[in-house]
Formats: sequence, C-alpha cells, structure tokens
Amino acid sequence: MLRRFAAAATVNLDGLLLTFIAALLAIGVTVLYSASGESTVRISGQLVNIGIAFGVMWLAAKVPPNHLMRIALPAYLVGLTLLVAVALFGEITNGARRWLHVGVTRIQPSELMKIAVPMTLAWYFHRYEGALRLHHYAIAAIVLLLPVALIARQPDLGTALLIAASGFFVLFLAGLSWRFIGALALAGLAAAPVVWNFMHDYQRQRILTLLDPSQDPLGAGYHTIQSTIAVGAGGLAGKGWLNGTQTHLDFLPERTTDFIFAVYSEEFGLIGNLLLLLLFLALIGRGLIITANAPTTFARLLAGAITLGFFTYAFVNMGMVSGILPVVGVPLPLISYGGTSLVTICLGFGILMSIQTHRKLVQT
Amino acid sequence: MPAAELRNLKHEIHQFRGRLLVAALMVSALFLVLAGRFVHLQVFEHAHYDTLAESNRIAIAPVVPNRGLILDRNGVELAHNFSAYTLEITPAKTQNLDALIDELATVVDIAPKDRKRFRKLLEESKNFESLPIRNRLSDEEVARFSVNRYRFPGVEIKARLFRHYPHRDLTAHLVGYIGRINSKDVEALEASEQSANYRGSDHIGKMGLEQSYEQKLHGTTGFEQVEVDAGGRAVRTLSRTPPTSGDNLILSLDLKLQEIAWRAFGERRGALVAIEPNSGAVLAFVSKPGFDPNLFVDGIDPQSWESLIKSPDRPMTNRALQGQYPPGSTFKPFMALAGLALGKRTPHYSISDPGYFALPGLAHQYRDWKKGGHGAVDLHRSLVISCDTYYYGLANDLGVDAIHNYVGQFGLGNRTGIDLPGEMPGILPSQEWKMRRFRQKWFAGDTVSVGIGQGYNIATPLQLAHATAVLAANGKVYRPQMVSHVQDARDGKLRPVGAELTRSIAIQPEHLQRIRAAMVDVTRPGGTAAQAGAGAPYSFAGKTGTAQVVAIKQGESYDERRVHERHRDHAWFIAFAPAENPTIALVVLVENGGHGSSAAAPIARIVFDYWLLGKQPNATQPKLGAPGDAEGD
Repeated sequence: MLRRFAAAATVNLDGLLLTFIAALLAIGVTVLYSASGESTVRISGQLVNIGIAFGVMWLAAKVPPNHLMRIALPAYLVGLTLLVAVALFGEITNGARRWLHVGVTRIQPSELMKIAVPMTLAWYFHRYEGALRLHHYAIAAIVLLLPVALIARQPDLGTALLIAASGFFVLFLAGLSWRFIGALALAGLAAAPVVWNFMHDYQRQRILTLLDPSQDPLGAGYHTIQSTIAVGAGGLAGKGWLNGTQTHLDFLPERTTDFIFAVYSEEFGLIGNLLLLLLFLALIGRGLIITANAPTTFARLLAGAITLGFFTYAFVNMGMVSGILPVVGVPLPLISYGGTSLVTICLGFGILMSIQTHRKLVQT
Repeated sequence: MPAAELRNLKHEIHQFRGRLLVAALMVSALFLVLAGRFVHLQVFEHAHYDTLAESNRIAIAPVVPNRGLILDRNGVELAHNFSAYTLEITPAKTQNLDALIDELATVVDIAPKDRKRFRKLLEESKNFESLPIRNRLSDEEVARFSVNRYRFPGVEIKARLFRHYPHRDLTAHLVGYIGRINSKDVEALEASEQSANYRGSDHIGKMGLEQSYEQKLHGTTGFEQVEVDAGGRAVRTLSRTPPTSGDNLILSLDLKLQEIAWRAFGERRGALVAIEPNSGAVLAFVSKPGFDPNLFVDGIDPQSWESLIKSPDRPMTNRALQGQYPPGSTFKPFMALAGLALGKRTPHYSISDPGYFALPGLAHQYRDWKKGGHGAVDLHRSLVISCDTYYYGLANDLGVDAIHNYVGQFGLGNRTGIDLPGEMPGILPSQEWKMRRFRQKWFAGDTVSVGIGQGYNIATPLQLAHATAVLAANGKVYRPQMVSHVQDARDGKLRPVGAELTRSIAIQPEHLQRIRAAMVDVTRPGGTAAQAGAGAPYSFAGKTGTAQVVAIKQGESYDERRVHERHRDHAWFIAFAPAENPTIALVVLVENGGHGSSAAAPIARIVFDYWLLGKQPNATQPKLGAPGDAEGD
C-alpha cells in the first residue's frame, strides 16, 4: 500500500534530473551559509524556498504536456496584460518598475514570461508544423519581441535578454534557416549604435565597465573588480569553507544573491569550479537527452528552450562574476539565495520531467 | 499516414536533432570558455589576485546616525541620547566564552544579571556581531580595561550613544522603547528594503512612538571609507559621507499635565486620555501602572522581565490603547443623542421608572441601579441621575443596528487611528457582527443591555476619549494625534503633522445643546458627579460610568483581599471643559475603582483645574471617596 503510494507520488519524477538538482541545491545552501555570515535565518528562508520550489516541480511534473499546450496561449496573454499593467501602475523599487501589487502580495510578471514565452512559441510551431513559411517566423518574432520590449523598458535588461534568448532557442530549434540567423547577427551588429542610444546610463556604464573596470573602481566597476579578485584569490583548491576573506571582510557585494558564485570560487577554488561546471553540464545534458526523445514538436521545442534557457542563466552569471560578461542582474540558478527565480527554474524542470515521463503514453 | 508526410516528419526530426547537436556543442564550447577563464584567473593569475585580496584594505564602514529626540509640547525631553562606553565581546573571535567572561570580571564589574542578559543576546544574535556584556562603564573601569586589553582578544570598548527615557514609567506607554534588532526585525527590514540603512544600527523601535515613528527617528546612515589592517581593524579614514540624524518628534502632550494626572491616580490602576477637541491633539496619555522602558534598551534581564510579566497589575499592558472595557453609563450621552437624532425621543418625553424594564410579553426584568426606580424621568434627568430604565427602553426602540450606525460615527467600535502601534478596536455590536462572530442571531434582549453600555459593548479609554472629544467639538472628528510636529534634522524646521479633520457628523445644534446641558448638570448638585464639580469656577460637562467586572481572571492568586479588590467594578468618567467652549476633553478609567462618581470624576477635576486655571493640586490630595459611598451608577 505504502509502496504503491510512493510509486504514484514519484511516477512523474526523473531520477537523474532530481539527483543533479539536489546536488546543486546542496552546494547552494552550503555556500549560502558562508556567504550570509552563517545566518540561520537565511538558511531556513532558503530551505522554505526549496520546499516551495519542489512542490511546484512535483505538481508541474504531473501535468501532461498536451494540457500545457492548451494553457500556453492564455498564460502568455495574461502575462502580457500584467506586463502592460506593470508599465502603467507598477511599483517602483530601486528605480525600476517591475512589481505589481495584487491584493496582499506583489508579483513580478516578467518571471512568469520566462516560461510562458517559450511555451507559446512551442505551441505556435507545433500548430503549424510541416507547413512553416517565413511569415510564421515573423509572427513568432512579434510574439517574442512584445514582452521583451516591455520588460526591457522597466528597465530590466537582464531578464529581457534571457527571455529573448529562450524565445530564440525555440526559433532556432524549430528550424530557422542559417542564412536568416546570419542576417540577424549582422543586423544586430549594425543596430548596436542605435541600441546604445536607447540604453539607460547605468546600462551603458555596465558595458563600459566590462571593457575597463578600473575606470570606476568604487562605482559600477566595484562589483566586477571585487568578484574577479575573489575568483582569482581562490586558486587551485580554494581558501576553504567559511574562510574567504573577500566574503567575510565585506568586500563582495550581493554575495548571497547574484554574486554568490564569487564566494564559492574563493572558498573552493578551481577544483570546486570545475566540479560545479560538470554538475551543470550533467543537468543540461540530461535535459538535452529528454529533449531529443520528446514525442511531439511542442514537447521538443519547449524542453529544448527550458534546458538551453537554464544553461544561459548559468553561463551569464558565471561569466559576469568572473569578469567576461557585463553585470546584469541574473542569479546563479539553484545556487543563489531567493525564492522567485528558484520557483521558476524548478517549474521548468517539472515540465521537463513531465515531458519525459508522459512520453510513452503519447507514443502508444 | 501518407508516405510524404511521414517522410516530412522524419526529415523534421532529423533536422531537429541536428539543431540540438549544434546547441549541445555550443553549450560545451561556452562552458569550456568559462573553464578556461577559471584556469586563467585561478592558476596563472592566482598570485596576482591573491596579493590583491591580501592588500584589499579599503572597507566601507557604516556611520550610525543619532536617533531623533522625543519632546513634549514645551520642549521637555521624553527620550534622549547620551554617550557612554560599553564593553563588547565578538563571540566569533573568542574561544572559551565563559572563561573569558570570568577573567573579564576580575577587571570590570560583571553582575550575574549582566551574564544572563548576555546569554540571551547571544541566542538572538548573528555570528559576526559584537555584543555588550557591560553598559555604561565608569572612567575608572575604562582605564583598567585599557591597560589589560592585550589579555582579551575579541573584547573591545566602544563609545556609543545610549537611549534614555528620563521619565520612566510616567511616559513608558506612549514613548515606548527601542531594543536590539532581532532576527524578526531583520526580516522585516529586508522585506521593506531598508537593510542598507540599518547597517551598523543595533537598535530599532519596539513599542510606542519609538516604533510608529521609527522611520523618522532613525535617520540616514552615513558611510566611511576606511583603510583596514589584515585583521579588519580600521587604521585611517579615507573619505566620509556623514549620516543624517533622525528627526525630532514634538508631541502635543504636556508633561506637567501628564504628571498631575498620573499622581491623581495615587496607587490605583487605570488610564486617562485627554484630547484637545478641535485638533485631536493628545494632551495627556496615562496608563497606570507603567514600567521602566530603560530596562529594555539593551536587552532586559530575565529576572526583571519575569517580574513585569507575572505582576498581577499587568504593567506592560497599555490600558489606554489596548484595555477594552464595557463603557457602562458613559455610553448614555451618545444613546441620548441617537434617540433625538433618529426621532425616537423628544426632550420632553418622560417615562415613569418602576426600577426595572421588561420587554413586552417577557417576564425578565432588566434592573435599574436604583431599587424602586427614579420616578418620572425625561431625557435631561436620565443623564443627570444616570437612569438605566430610560436607556433600556430607548435601546429597544432604536434597535441595535441603528445604535451601531449612529454611535459608530463617534468612532466607537473602530480604531481611532492614533499614531501609536497596537491599538485595539473595541466592539460596538450589530446584528451582522454577532452573526460573524458567534454565528448566532441577534435577540431583542441583547439590545437592551447595549443601551447602558454593557452586553457586547466594549471600548478602550482612548476610543471613549476620542468620542467625547467629537461630542465636545460639535461633531467634528479629528484623528487623535500624539505628535504635533516633526523637526527636520537637516534644516531644523518644524513641520506640523496631524490636526486631520477626518469627517463631520451632522448634529442639530439644539440636540447638542440638550445633551451638553444635561452633562453640565451631572457635575452640579443633584448630579452623579456633583461632588467632583463642587466649587469649580468654570462649568464642565461630564458623565459617570461603571463597568462590571464579571469574573475573576484565571491565573490570579487567591489572596482573598486581592481577589475581592479586583472583583470591584471599574469606574469611568468622561468630561470636557469649559462646557461652552471646550479646550480639553478626557476620559478617566479607574480599574476596580467602584463608582465613576467617587473614583474617576475627582481625577478629572484635578486635571481640569490644572489645565484651565494652572492650579497645582494640594500636597494633601482631596480625599477621594471610598468605593460605594456615593450614590448611584
């Protein structure tokens, strides 16, 4: 009886994915303990976040992909409406309008779009599969660029770029021609000066700072300088857990959230970093295998976009902390402190598990 | 399935897998870039960055702002700061804490109380924080420790500003206190994105005005760039952004009046709230007994806490703000006004009081306080002698919802919105309320006792004071306000706050006049508060009241005399003066005081005498009547 109950509860979970996720979360909590100055408040907070995220993942894994397909467009439309509402009535924190007050709580609609945009595009290409013309790609581009533009205007360039990337992955996997991709890249280069003109000062500053951090050592460059020092000071084996001086002497900013990787790097060194890269790679590899085996176009495209989106988060964050990408507000997935992004990430993995475990049902 | 489509599908899957392979290669390539970057930084450039980390000597240190002062209307300080030395231990930097404290005790005085308090702080603290083991060191102790400092790594002397409340229990319930920031506060600060401004701050407002005006009082934290040595100790300051002190609060409260009111209570428990009717400004706010808020500032020791919490006098309860008592007969003026306004009574309509009221067709008798009754009673007389029977009947004629809606306008049954945290709302019952609360229908019998301020009716002293002030201001409703001005720390300018006219109740002047005249006669010969009004050179309007104490509370000692005393009724008095043009409205509550006329009204008289005539109470206080010796109510 108990065994049957356990089997029913875990039937939709993917053992490998779950193992890699759990391993990364364990590393995350360990680093968080050090990064937060051994704060049990932060740890218990993060454990609650993990509990909630696992609940969401478990539920998402239970939902068959064809149900997801049905809610894709409505979810997208709701998200878009909320984004417009944010632009009109949103609450301003730290100079950006990202939050919307709904009764007692406040929500960040851009978070919802991280899943809704790829899901809608996957649904769209599924619908027109086998008969794709250029105008389908054009419509898909509009579906993608509307929310991206709204989020970029908030301004939240980091999230906008990440959503644009996950949308692009769907287009790419759906077979967008190489010639077109090449043309897009050229156009992007040509448009760079125009985009530069439309950027906010702090966004420009971040890019300039990347080119030469020492230009502004106590302002925008401070983050990059200090986090690069932390990574470099870690050396081969690291300074040991709880012993990072950059961390504990208060030099690292945002060290529990966006810059937690610097703490990890300083304390666990190159060996730790490579281990972390391997774990991320294993998780992404498992995601790509699930993608390759997915039975329908919708499932394939969605699984691919989720997996590659996850990769993008990890890459952008570690790139920014080690000083090869500009500072954009992207947390390190599964490692950084914070509930919202963790829930979104686990929702994605829940969908992957659902795609994997509902496969046989569709095929027969 | 047609062959063409099948081929198409196959082609598509083939294409898809191709794309996926490209993506996988991309992922691997980019991760290799990262790995390369890590190798570059952590192997080849390691020595360089290690030196940078070692010589990373510039730290940003917060500079804590001075907390704003709290002053009464005449500039008397109710909360201020003074500078003193503390001895602090950073637990993370020490090995054997107990041994260390034992050794410290040979250099400076450390009482068992200090140790217990330190233990408690330790349990609540973050790890890298330094915690005070002793406060307010004498100069001699500072000198002695400095000489021995080398023996105590992780222990240091810090000069800090201390918060001090010079008037202790007299102002404890309104000023409140600050205490050390605990993990709950940290969460709240993080949630409201204020953590940055509290870097370096140890204290935060926990109660009273210190809590409700925390944002104004705290100020803005400044920052200092300091060069630090390898141990993290500051060596020299490189640049400095000075902090901005917190704003000062100027209250409308008059400390002298507060003190006179406080003294007038003698040893008895209770509350007094005095309000300026035409602005809502609070002139006195007494809750007795109080406590010494200074005990809380750096963590209260468990013994003192125990004795405060276990005291049967409940000194930590803010009676004025949170004590909810049946308003008793002080409810009657509002009932009378409702009767006139809603056309259920005329001034001349008179009942013949047999000493009880019974609902038609029912045998149950609702008794008047006077056996045998008051005879013929009209509206005026019903207030002067506080006739219960009159109001039983009136309540029944009005119905509970009409009472709720009309009297509710005066603010009963709702929080007044005063600028103090933790206010209780009281209850002004209605049919809907009873259904919501008890899932029960309202009975006609429930209404009858509501008419004399009993039954489900409960109110805080503040609410009744507020309602009285609204009555005194001819229906103008001002939100009660403790703080009258905020003094900006930057330019020293006074900015007025409050005096907020929330709404106006339309009351016919003639009706108001009737009620006022009757309340004036309450304080004249023949009225229930005649004793308290005797010889007053100004006229004042008042109403006595008595709140029944129904049962002994659980957990109280069975000391017979005590139980008996605590079983007595609570005494109420509401009043305003001068009756023609009121400048002060107040409520007095004396817990277990017996009758409003003998216990509460004389206190009001003392307060009025001071406020209107500047008269100091005699050293030998006017004899306050013993419970039960006055007539009525």
